[in-house]
Amino acid sequence: MPEFLLPLLEGDEASPFWQGCARGELLVQACEACGRRRMPPRPMCPYCRSTRRRFEPTSGRGTIWSFVVPHPPLLPAYSELAPYNVIVVALDEDPTIRFVGNLVAAPDADINSVDPATIEIGAPVEVVFQPVGDATFPRWVLR
Amino acid sequence: MVSGPLTDRTAIVGIGQTKFGKGVPESELELACMAISAALDDCGIAPSEVDGLASYTMEQNREVDVARSVGLGDITWFSQIGFGGGAGCGVVGQAAMAIVTGQAEIVVAWRARKRAAATSRPWAQIERRVGEQFQWSRPFGLLRPVDEIAMLTRRYMHEYGATRDHLANVAIAARKHANRNPAATMYEKPLTRDDYMNARWISEPLCLFDNCLETDGALAVVITSAARARDLPHPPAYVHAFAQSIPTQHQTMTNYFNDDPLRGPAWVCADKLWATSELRPDDIAVAQLYDAFSPLIILSLEGYGFCKRGEGGPFTDDGAIELGGRLPVNTSGAGMSEAYVHGFNLITEGVRQVRGTSTAQVEGAGNCLVTSGEGVPTSALILRK
Ligand SMILES: [Zn+2]
Repeated sequence: MPEFLLPLLEGDEASPFWQGCARGELLVQACEACGRRRMPPRPMCPYCRSTRRRFEPTSGRGTIWSFVVPHPPLLPAYSELAPYNVIVVALDEDPTIRFVGNLVAAPDADINSVDPATIEIGAPVEVVFQPVGDATFPRWVLR
Repeated sequence: MVSGPLTDRTAIVGIGQTKFGKGVPESELELACMAISAALDDCGIAPSEVDGLASYTMEQNREVDVARSVGLGDITWFSQIGFGGGAGCGVVGQAAMAIVTGQAEIVVAWRARKRAAATSRPWAQIERRVGEQFQWSRPFGLLRPVDEIAMLTRRYMHEYGATRDHLANVAIAARKHANRNPAATMYEKPLTRDDYMNARWISEPLCLFDNCLETDGALAVVITSAARARDLPHPPAYVHAFAQSIPTQHQTMTNYFNDDPLRGPAWVCADKLWATSELRPDDIAVAQLYDAFSPLIILSLEGYGFCKRGEGGPFTDDGAIELGGRLPVNTSGAGMSEAYVHGFNLITEGVRQVRGTSTAQVEGAGNCLVTSGEGVPTSALILRK
């Protein structure tokens, strides 16, 4: 397993998100006072200033908002797989809630498994989950 | 007539720089001292008169070390501004504020940088565990600033139909200007459209020539009151207007999470800048626009009001941003072809245009817009004669 960068699985504002990934759920932070969702997570609701907050499930479905194809020089683990894709996905139920991720050809495929020439903005995708080190990453497949 | 308490009350009176290169033997501290010393000589002000210091939070040289080395006087005001390339014009603008409010009379502002230093290529030095903002992008391989800006660029091209030819216009204009500037890293290296189109990818849709250089070097300026400026050797470059901005719900670099990610900090900065200026975009003779990456020029042309949203690409056609064009941009070669020192060379080139001493001089330029990083909390200046 190459040495990918990893998130903080505990003790960070966003740790519940990563714990959700490990259970196969794509979560988003929401305000317990006004109910509005926000991404990335933060301690105070920018709409009502409540600090009461929770993570709640999303549809895990969205469309590709943009994408890039990085080439070296990169950190070694990523260089090995380059060129690969990185996409931004806008959620179907709220297109201003967006996640950075990777489009993969199958739930267990590498981040370079899709021909970059075939990637299109607007393409519908759904989340899948892959173990990476001690974490679980959301990845995306076409639907 | 629009004016405010800062309007034309201060001026940049001295500029200095080191040679630009890679792997230069001098330390960052030595480079900073050399540039500051040159800027003081340029305006004939003694180090003992300097009482203010301003730089970037990413600057590694401490004020105390710079002041003790150059032999500065008693310092009564010092300040640093964050967000890397977004800081430059803010450093000068806040120095102007310090002078107008009486906290200092002579301020030195500077930036010194070496590629091998702790603040260079921060993306290559990150810890394996990433928290806060970058956990949402870096684990997925969006590692470098170029990757982050390429993401916005692809979306921009999709929404507005901008093309690689537009990005090439930016790279080629900068290179043509550098080819006139003996101090520029790329002075003797022309760049053709074929060179651009055949260059290796760095992060698609951005290729090698969409990126700024990596440079060792330092630059400095001396800022003082308009009254003092009139007695000094060079024509003053008055700080006519100054603004900074962090737009609502902005996230630096990976700004993918708000309602309108392509409306970057330039727009808010521009609103504030024009609100305190007698000038309008049509009055601007020449512009130094922050260019860590070529698409930032196109976004800035829109943000600062030189064209409508989505028209920044076509704006660059037909040599419009080259010397002799509608709005010459980055007349020293700037970050892409002169030197990348977090945009501080855009400020010194703005001063040269106002003085009439640029190697790509816009005839009769009475003013120059200078901007700092787009895509990060930013700042801008209008300098004028
Ligand atoms: Zn709320």
